[in-house]
Amino acid sequence: MIKEITISPKDYLKLGLTRDKLVWMLKKMMEIRFFEEKVEELYLMKGLITGPAHLYFGEEAVAVGVVSALEEGDLIISNHRGHGHALAKGIPMKEVMAELFGKATGTCKGLGGSMHVAISPERGSLFASAIVGSGVPIAVGVALAFKYEKSDRVIAVFFGDGAVNTGAFHEAVNMAAIWNLPVILVCENNMYAIGMKAEKAVALKSLAERALGYGIPGIIVDGNDPIAVWLATKEAIEKARKGEGPTLLECKTYRLKGHGIYDQAKYRPKEEVEAWLKKDPIINFKKNLIELNVLSESDVKTFEEEIKRELDEAVNFAQKSPILSFEELKNYVYA
Amino acid sequence: MLRELTYAEAIREALRNALIKNPKVFLIGEDIGAYGGAFKITNGFLEEFGSERIRDTPISEAAIVGAAIGAALMGLKPIAEIMYMDFIPICLEQLANQAAKIRFMSGGKLKVPIIVRTQYSLGRAHGAQHSQFIPAWFLQVPGLKVALPSTPYDAKGLFNQALKEENPVLYIECSLLYRVKGPVPEEDYIIPFGKADVKKEGDDVTIVAISRMVHEALAAAKILEEKGLSIEVIDPRTIQPLDIETIVNSVKKTGRVIIAEDDHKTGGVGAEITASIIENAFDYLDAPITRVASPDIPIPFSPQLELEYMPNKDKIIQAVNSLLKG
Repeated sequence: MIKEITISPKDYLKLGLTRDKLVWMLKKMMEIRFFEEKVEELYLMKGLITGPAHLYFGEEAVAVGVVSALEEGDLIISNHRGHGHALAKGIPMKEVMAELFGKATGTCKGLGGSMHVAISPERGSLFASAIVGSGVPIAVGVALAFKYEKSDRVIAVFFGDGAVNTGAFHEAVNMAAIWNLPVILVCENNMYAIGMKAEKAVALKSLAERALGYGIPGIIVDGNDPIAVWLATKEAIEKARKGEGPTLLECKTYRLKGHGIYDQAKYRPKEEVEAWLKKDPIINFKKNLIELNVLSESDVKTFEEEIKRELDEAVNFAQKSPILSFEELKNYVYA
Repeated sequence: MLRELTYAEAIREALRNALIKNPKVFLIGEDIGAYGGAFKITNGFLEEFGSERIRDTPISEAAIVGAAIGAALMGLKPIAEIMYMDFIPICLEQLANQAAKIRFMSGGKLKVPIIVRTQYSLGRAHGAQHSQFIPAWFLQVPGLKVALPSTPYDAKGLFNQALKEENPVLYIECSLLYRVKGPVPEEDYIIPFGKADVKKEGDDVTIVAISRMVHEALAAAKILEEKGLSIEVIDPRTIQPLDIETIVNSVKKTGRVIIAEDDHKTGGVGAEITASIIENAFDYLDAPITRVASPDIPIPFSPQLELEYMPNKDKIIQAVNSLLKG
């Protein structure tokens, strides 16, 4: 029941993906990376952002791969490391940035912060829970509603390797399995739950094996390759739409930075970091697309400039935006 | 038309009417279907409404509430059952940290109109892990509403309000009251939240009583009135929102107040009500505020010890007498 999905870059164009889609994927990954670099700069060097920002540095291929397999009407649920999910789902950089600044123009009017930036139901990014594992039961409820309303929509829920050891995860996956609910369980195994190495937290060879305990398929996929993630997600979605229930995807990737922006991550062996830097998802995907003649170096340069310009505008927008008045807070407690 | 229904029948009627009238309503919980509900409230519902709408779950309290939240985010009206109030701590994260905060954290984009039904079984020899009443835990959860019906009439009316709510509602039943009978209109009337009910008017002493203790307070009042005392009994009906105004107005009239509750005295709902009375009516008090509550001891199994443990009408009478002596 556990399988591995791999794809050779030379076969990217044989999968039915349009060139536009491939370009979109690269641009989105670049957008996420530049965004996170900017957040780091604003936080560490300029002191303009405070609070716990959990960077998605290195994991860009997961969000982009999953989102590109979803269709209109499908939803995602994000977690505390949600900047990448938010941007992949099409939430404008300025809204995400404004939320990081705690401004009224942010995705949550400045009441959610970095850990809830991916809340934008109108764009299919339904909710983001900052309690590890706790978004999974909520995703199961969304899938239950899809089934109840006899629609063929699916929901993808993102969680880290730490989440697979929480009670909420187990209860929820079991429920999704017994009721064959259309949930795509996306485990972003970035190898660390804060400082706890995933392999020390689980007595299994792979986290995908968790699926075996629930009678659902588990797929191991290279989380640094957006096309492999897209393929795996597509397979899970097809199954879910047919009413055949959830699939657990283990996207093996690496958090190139610390847990939070403030974390120097000194617990990571140097060789390990260096090895993963060589597997940088953006560098590799860019190289592959250029080799496949999907785009050129100069296209990439143009994208870079576009994104950076937009990013500067986003920062400017966030800085200039107002905050809610304290009196307004009570309006958001009860409906 | 008014008929006599039991508290259990009133809840059942409100639930059934909701299922009939609103296709977005569904029930989710442990043993609510084939088994008929641990307290038989949902008996026969599975046959009548089918397994999609009466959804039996595994023993997974966190996922029950989480699934209800997710379904509510999609526009459904889930009614989750948590069999015993003692099990609420298992799903407290989903209830207090997710359901209650989602509207706020999303800057008002999302709302979670779920109802979580539960009951407490104090007085049925269920022991420390199946009898507890912990309503005060939820006084510190902004975003949640908490209803505690004490009569069949209130049970149906408050439930109908819970159905209209766009906020998460914790609806706490008392299993010792399930067989209590009272008048219940056939139509779907509504009792608004945050409106205390003066269950009996009086001039000498105010008794604020919660859930089961309303009946003990009324019984105590009857005995005290035979001795010439006039007792007012107030049932807050919801503690979040809490109608402190009705309580304060009563205290202004009587100058004496007793708070009767099944929960532990320390940090109980009575402690909050006490503080509010002091803040709002200190000058009107002719005697110290007295609380009749459960001691700060886990609930003993031994039925005789449990009886001794429980607050009751005799303890209320004692409290009134010492209040008047002092």
